[in-house]
Amino acid sequence: MDFLATLFTDFGAQILSTVTAAFAIAAIGLNLHFGYTGLLNIGQAGFMLLGAYGFAITIRFGGPFWLGVLVAIVAAVIFALILGLPTLKLRGYYLAIVTIAAAEILRIVGGNQSLGPVTGGVAGIGNQVYSPAFTALSPFPQDGSFSLGPYTYPLTVGDSWYLRIVSWIVLALVAVLVLLLMRSPWGRTIRGIREDEDAVRSLGKNVYLYKMQALILGGVIGALGGMLFVLGTSVQPDSLGRSTTFLLYTIVLLGGAATVFGPVLGAVLYFMVIIGLQDVVGQFVPPEIMSQQQVPQFGYIVVGIGLMLLVIFRPQGILGNKKELSFGD
Amino acid sequence: MTDAKVSGTAVRADDDYPWDRTALRSELATVSQEPGATKPQPILAVDNVVRSFGGVTAVDVAHLEVQRGAITALIGPNGAGKTTFFNLITGFDKPSSAKPRFGGGNGPFATWRFQGRSLGATSAFRVAQTGMVRTFQLTKALSAMTVMDNMLLGAKDQPGEHILTALFRPRWKKREAEIRAKAEELLVRFKLDAKKDDYAGSLSGGQRKLLEMARALMSDPAMIMLDEPMAGVNPALTQSLLGHIQDLRDRGTTVLFVEHDMHMVRHISDWVVVMAEGKIVAEGPPDTVMQHQAVVDAYLGSHHDQDLGDDSVLDEDFEQAKAQEDAERGERTAAEPDGEKA
Amino acid sequence: MLVAALGVLSGLLLPALPAQASSSPTPSASSSAAAGDSSAIRATATCAQTDTTACVAGTLRDADTNPVRGATVTLAAGGTPVATKTSAEGTFSFTVTAAGRYTLSLDESTLPEGLTPGNGTERTITARLGALSPAGFALEGAQQGGETDPEATPQGDTSAFGRFWNQVSLGLLLGLLLALGAIGLSLVYGTTGLSNFAHAEQVTLGGFLGYVFAVQLGVPFVLAGVIVIVLCALTGTVQDRLIWQPLRRRGLGLTQLMVVTIGLQLALQYVYQFIFGGGVRPVSRTIQANTGPLNITPNAYIAMAISVVVLIGVGLLLQRTRIGRATRAVADNRPLAAASGIDVDRIIRLVWTIAAGLAGLAGLLYALVYGGIAWNTGAELLLLLFPAVTLGGFGTAFGALVGSLVIGLVTQLSSLVLTAQLRYASALLILIVVLIFRPQGILGRRSRVG
Repeated sequence: MDFLATLFTDFGAQILSTVTAAFAIAAIGLNLHFGYTGLLNIGQAGFMLLGAYGFAITIRFGGPFWLGVLVAIVAAVIFALILGLPTLKLRGYYLAIVTIAAAEILRIVGGNQSLGPVTGGVAGIGNQVYSPAFTALSPFPQDGSFSLGPYTYPLTVGDSWYLRIVSWIVLALVAVLVLLLMRSPWGRTIRGIREDEDAVRSLGKNVYLYKMQALILGGVIGALGGMLFVLGTSVQPDSLGRSTTFLLYTIVLLGGAATVFGPVLGAVLYFMVIIGLQDVVGQFVPPEIMSQQQVPQFGYIVVGIGLMLLVIFRPQGILGNKKELSFGD
Repeated sequence: MTDAKVSGTAVRADDDYPWDRTALRSELATVSQEPGATKPQPILAVDNVVRSFGGVTAVDVAHLEVQRGAITALIGPNGAGKTTFFNLITGFDKPSSAKPRFGGGNGPFATWRFQGRSLGATSAFRVAQTGMVRTFQLTKALSAMTVMDNMLLGAKDQPGEHILTALFRPRWKKREAEIRAKAEELLVRFKLDAKKDDYAGSLSGGQRKLLEMARALMSDPAMIMLDEPMAGVNPALTQSLLGHIQDLRDRGTTVLFVEHDMHMVRHISDWVVVMAEGKIVAEGPPDTVMQHQAVVDAYLGSHHDQDLGDDSVLDEDFEQAKAQEDAERGERTAAEPDGEKA
Repeated sequence: MLVAALGVLSGLLLPALPAQASSSPTPSASSSAAAGDSSAIRATATCAQTDTTACVAGTLRDADTNPVRGATVTLAAGGTPVATKTSAEGTFSFTVTAAGRYTLSLDESTLPEGLTPGNGTERTITARLGALSPAGFALEGAQQGGETDPEATPQGDTSAFGRFWNQVSLGLLLGLLLALGAIGLSLVYGTTGLSNFAHAEQVTLGGFLGYVFAVQLGVPFVLAGVIVIVLCALTGTVQDRLIWQPLRRRGLGLTQLMVVTIGLQLALQYVYQFIFGGGVRPVSRTIQANTGPLNITPNAYIAMAISVVVLIGVGLLLQRTRIGRATRAVADNRPLAAASGIDVDRIIRLVWTIAAGLAGLAGLLYALVYGGIAWNTGAELLLLLFPAVTLGGFGTAFGALVGSLVIGLVTQLSSLVLTAQLRYASALLILIVVLIFRPQGILGRRSRVG
């Protein structure tokens, strides 16, 4: 019973957490690319990392909080333009190759020691550098903590309620934005493009422009997710590598591609699985078979195989409608 | 034949088009029956369009005019370059003879004018916006969307298609209601109104052709270009399709359509253009054009022991198109880097 | 907890840089205690690990990959540190008698003028008995010509041309190894339309199988190599039989298939890390000095020769044999090939087999030349393979070879002006330029659209 109690407490904590919200946000952005528009962006983690860097570095050099947010967004827009301009007129896999390569290059260059004074190299930027700018805006007292059931967190500082609330508000806003867009004629055109862009082109729509808009918007949403993610942890290039992108794909496909709430559900479920795995391994599996350090590795093996199985056997995920889902070829 | 006409709702694409079918045909009767003949009222004029793949020239059209308000059939044996020609003038492919973007090159360069507007280096969506809308040989009904959504996608001037306006429903609600009403009318005309909330993927092959045609009409095109509208269509639906095409013409829309054989074309088209091996080999009214030696040669080259009007040709083409469509849908081989088959 | 849940973080490491014979050490994922005082450390001229000893060795090179001579490197495990100076070839090597964690440090003051350590002067090395633990320090800056003893670095021609030539040879080497991987990637794409993101994991597999057979089981290298290639080729056959053929039959779209390969890539990569840990695994215990006109190791010459022979063989196979013509027919037009009596499934199976076999060979040779293979080597190579294949033209075998050579040369030559890590950026830049001006690749044909 103790084990189950711990497990469920851990589930709850994970669901509330900023990381879940941040990944759900980034996944909504990816869903806009992949689920709705059919753009195969395999560099969503690059957008997250860019958002994180843009935000953290601006504040590191004395910029105010909102300038940091603006820089993050502008950086994502520019990144999307660089990736999209040469590839969006070509077939899907060109975008795939360019996005994965560009995201990895961001990670490698960001981790380069010669950029240490700016990016912090491999070690990255600790959140004590940029968090104060964020916590200063808190409506709650700077000190003190608050308990809700088994969950006790500081009000403002560090891994706080404030951060959690902001994360979930941003998530809600992003979800509403996507909902409004997808129910509009713009969303109709986007879905048409996913299915057959030549057909949409033959009806007089500037497919290239729509794809670019979707790429930029999804990328900016990814950058917002990246910013929230590093507010809870720290900016580390290696934490936002391509494994993160693949994880986002799993989240999107698990919850249901081309649905507004699929990515949110997918993120919650994914983190529950990982926490469950960790608790179970810690409790029942002898360390000779799997050490605690190997759990994340095992987690990724599960993600990879899960991704394959989802695509093959349930491409519409949990919330999706099979008839409505088609991957553009 | 001209079934399901909805009175009073048709929008004339071309208001200064007063003549009836007989007048049109008698006017066309004065046109010389030479490849590249000048028409009294050309809506589209094409010059020097050449397209080669590797060393093979797929299309080489020196001059072609299409008469406003007429049904022009573009026929020719398999591999004559009809679809490639369609792709070229609708902006889905680029002529090898296009004027190089950065200057240089040897002329003559490809040029073509539609309703007086030059379309030389125009992208496909702009061509459609100028009023020249096409359909595809392998129907591109968007199967994971409803029939109604397919139709609405065809309409132009939608403020809600702008990403910022899209967020404010009141800004596009009115236009949405207008196009929805228009779509309903067209669906009634094409007898698809009962299916409007079904996914387009659930329609039969013939219904998809109808949907594609109806969708193209949502933008009130001055000219509609149909790429093998009869391919893969159940013979029972063929008559109704032909009726719809004639109806389009009678409402003032210019029609250019691609077809393999004469049989389908003979009684609905006002003018026939024959292509073979990428070139236009003959032009003329439907009842005389097939007597040209060039046409006979072209067809004998591919269907050597078949009568030109023979229905088995139709069957064979039907089988072929169907097999191709199945292959497309099933395996998606996409052996070429750019995906689609012609 | 959150951090642990995303423990991903620490896992990803920088690529083993081919420009250096040594490799950046990685924090080992498996826990091992620090080696006790009882361990004996000896500085040795060459590496000689046995079942009861382990070896910590590496080569010190500057940013131009010229060896750095006479720098002091110290190894310690709690007790008295043991120091050694790097040889004329820049190598250093320690033999230790106990497994566990060691601290390797570099004495910055002993570096030639103009050189600074790129990322710290201390490394934690995990030594395992019977294994070689490669280690190294990234150095920034180049040695000034006058400071280098010409006799100490017989091939270390530091003139502008010398450095250029050195990068050319390294570029050819990398290009030939890439080509082995790229041709398979291109052939699979050509015959099935699939961009296989898991292809480079086949490369990693070759390296790790080489480690298992040649180092762990002690099979003679050539025999081990043959076993590895056969096993790798079999994984291609089995993979097509169990995964790709059934999925083709199900009519899965190419985009979906591509996502499947992405999942497979992720799973395989972490399976490797799960089994082999985070370190670099060698396939050979010998450390060689650079030699000959190209100033590379004898193994590298052998690897290049093998690549050339195999690539010519594949070219002949495609051009001259019935199977090859059938493969090209399938790549050209699959329905037509099927209609003319070619067993398309058999050809595709064969292509998968050959592709996996070639990738395995590439991994084996890569590990031989660059001092070992790590769980993420393939993942990094993928970033060079895709530009190579795109550059040459997707689906053409000869194009893949040309593209690989160009990418190999450009990435190595770019390190004349950029730091080695940025060579991926130059590969990407090429990719983007190609996509803008000639999306079908240098040798690809434009095909018919619509």
